Amino acid sequence: MEAERPLLEVENLRTYFDTPRGILKAVDGVSFTLDKGETIGIVGESGSGKSVLVRSIMNILTSNAIIPDGSEVFFDGKDTRNLSRSEAKHFWGTQMAMIFQDPMTSLNPVKKVGIQITESIRYHLGASKQEAMQRALELMVQVGIPEPRKRLKEYPHQLSGGMRQRVTIAIALACNPKLLIADEPTTALDVTVQKQILDLLASLQEELDMAMILITHDLGVVAGRARRIGVMYAGKMVETADTTTLFHHMNHPYTEALFKSIPRVEHQSHTRLDAISGRPPDMVLDLVGCRFAPRCRYAQEQCLAEEPDLFDTGQPGHRQACFYPVGSSESAEALASNQASGITAAGLDLTAAAVS
Amino acid sequence: MAGTGKAHMRGEEALVTVEDLVMEFPAGRRAVVHAVSGISFDILEGETLGLVGESGCGKSTTGRAMMQLPSPTAGSVRFDGVEMTELSKEDLRRTRTRMQMIFQDPISSLNPRRKVKDIVAEGLSIWHGDAGKQSTQKVNEVLDAVGLDPEVVSDRRPHQFSGGQCQRICIARALVLDPKVIICDEPVSALDVSVQAQILNLLEEMKERYGLTLVFIAHDLAVVKNVSDRVVVMYLGKVCEVAGPDALYAHPAHPYTDVLLASIPEPDPDHPVSDRQITGELPSPINPPSGCRFRTRCDKVQDLCSEEEPVLREISPNHYVACHFPNEVPVSVNGDGA
Repeated sequence: MEAERPLLEVENLRTYFDTPRGILKAVDGVSFTLDKGETIGIVGESGSGKSVLVRSIMNILTSNAIIPDGSEVFFDGKDTRNLSRSEAKHFWGTQMAMIFQDPMTSLNPVKKVGIQITESIRYHLGASKQEAMQRALELMVQVGIPEPRKRLKEYPHQLSGGMRQRVTIAIALACNPKLLIADEPTTALDVTVQKQILDLLASLQEELDMAMILITHDLGVVAGRARRIGVMYAGKMVETADTTTLFHHMNHPYTEALFKSIPRVEHQSHTRLDAISGRPPDMVLDLVGCRFAPRCRYAQEQCLAEEPDLFDTGQPGHRQACFYPVGSSESAEALASNQASGITAAGLDLTAAAVS
Repeated sequence: MAGTGKAHMRGEEALVTVEDLVMEFPAGRRAVVHAVSGISFDILEGETLGLVGESGCGKSTTGRAMMQLPSPTAGSVRFDGVEMTELSKEDLRRTRTRMQMIFQDPISSLNPRRKVKDIVAEGLSIWHGDAGKQSTQKVNEVLDAVGLDPEVVSDRRPHQFSGGQCQRICIARALVLDPKVIICDEPVSALDVSVQAQILNLLEEMKERYGLTLVFIAHDLAVVKNVSDRVVVMYLGKVCEVAGPDALYAHPAHPYTDVLLASIPEPDPDHPVSDRQITGELPSPINPPSGCRFRTRCDKVQDLCSEEEPVLREISPNHYVACHFPNEVPVSVNGDGA
C-alpha cells in the first residue's frame, strides 16, 4: 500500500435494491475516505442508508442489491467489489470486521461463546484448537470480561447484554482487522453499559491502530469519539466535517435539527424539544430537489427544484449540501420569510410545527 | 442503596401510593430472585414520576406490579383510595381501565393482524359493547390527538407504520378509555433521537390535554429529566435517591446517580468524555449484597456500607438519599419537587 493512499476510499457509491415496489435507492452517491487508525462517525435516522452503506463497503448485501457502474470502494488499494467469493471469505474478519446492534441476534444461541470466538481464528489463521482457545482467552481479557475461562464455556443467554456485546467485539477483533465497522453498537444497551462499550472501543482502537466506522443515530455518541463525522439523510451525505468544526459550525439544517432534538441534562425539565416534524422520504420515488426540504424550516422554491451538491464551506475538510446554510444571512432571510408566511415553500406549516 | 424508608412520602393527598413493595420470583432450586425489595413512593395527581435505573434494577417490575401484572409478593399499591392488591378479579379489571400502560417496543406490542381502528377500539368494545358510531368517534378523536389522520390510518395494519407511528398508536390505545394514570415503560428507548423528541413532546401534550398522571420508566437520565416532576433512582430493587429533576442533576447526592449522569453521551466535542465509568457487573438479584446494594460497585464504599442498610433521609428540602456517605448538597438549594 502506498503511504499516501487512505485505507478506505468510497467514491460515488450507490446501492439500489430491486423491490416489488420499484427500485429503492438506499444509498445514492456517497463519497468519503478513511485513513489508517482514524474513526469516522456516520450519523442519521433509521432509513437514511447508513447501514446499507457499510454493508456495501463490506460487500455483504442481499441478492436483490444493485450497485450501478461508477460506484467505487477501494480498501487498501484494492477494489472490494471485484473480490471472488473465496477471496471475500478471507477478506472478512482479517481485513474488515463488523459488530452489530443487537448482540443477542448476532451471536449463535446454541454455540458456546468460546467456540464462536475460536471459529474465525481457526478458519483464517489455521490455528490448532488449543492455540485458538488461548487466543480467545486473551481476547476475553482484552475486552474486559471477568472470569474469562468460565465465560468461554457459557452460552450467550447466560451473559448480560453488555457482556454479549463484548463477546461480539472479541469475535470481530480475533484476526486483527484493519477496519472495524460498528453498526449502532450501543443502541440496544443501557446508558451506563453504552459508555463502557464506547470507552472499550476507543481504547482497543488506539491499542491496535485500527480504523473504525461508528454508526449511530445519536450525535451525542460520536461527539467525543470520532475525529470526523458524516451526516446522512435519505441516502446522501449532507454534511461532513471534523467533529469540532461540525459542532461549532453546523451548516446543514438537518444536522442542526438532529442536534436540537436531543434532550439535554443542562436544560430545565419540561423544556420543549425541537422535534423534526414529518418522516424521511420514500426512497422508491424519484426525488426532486433537496431531500430534506419537506421537513426543513428554511425551505425555499430553489430547494424544491434543484438538488444541492456537497460543496466546501471554506473551513478545511468541511463540506455541506444546502443552499441556505445555517448561520448565513441567506438562511436567516429564508427562515424569516417562511415564518412571516407561516409556511415553507415545501408546505411545512411552521405555526403548527411550533405547537406540535 | 437501601431504599427502605419513607421520609419522602407525601401522605394522603397522593393519587397513587406504593408502600413496601416487594416482588420476588422463584428461580428454581429454592432460589429466589429479589427483583424489588421493599420500595415506597407516591405520585400526586397530574405529576410525572420518573423511575430511572439500569436494566435489572426492577423499574419495569415495579411498573407492572402497580398494574398487578402480576400482584406483588408483599406491600401495598393504593390507587385513588383503593387498595389494588386486595381487589377481586372483577373489581381489578374495572380499576385497570383507569390505569393504562405503554410498552418499550411499539411494533411488537401491537397485533400485526388487526387494523389500527380495531386495535384502538378494543377497550371500548369490551367495556361499552360495540357502540358503533360513538366508538368510532372516540377512536378518531384519540388518533387525531396523537397526530395521526384517522381517515388515512384506520384501515391500515401495524407493519405499514414506522416505530414512532406505532408508538403513537399505542398511546392512542392507552388514551381511549380516559385513564387517570398511564405507566410508560421505556416508551422511547427503541426509537431514534429525532422520533424520541416527537414522542416526548406528544406525551407532555397528552398529559396536559387529558389531565393525566404519568409514571415514566427509562434508563436515560436526560430523557427522564425532560419529562418528570419527580425522579426516583433505582438500583437492584431498591431506591437510591428521590428528588426533583433539576435538583437531582445539579446536585446528585448518591454515588450511583453520579455515575448515571456521567454516562450520558454529551453532544459536545469540547465536553471531555468523563473518566467516571461504572465498574463491574450488576450483582445477581438472587443473592444481593448485604447492607447497601450498590457497595460492590461504589468508589466511596466503607465498612459500614456492608453492615448496615442506608435508609432514605432528607438532605435538603424535597431531596432524599439512601446513602451513608452522600455527596454534599447545598441546603439552600430548593429540591424543586412537585
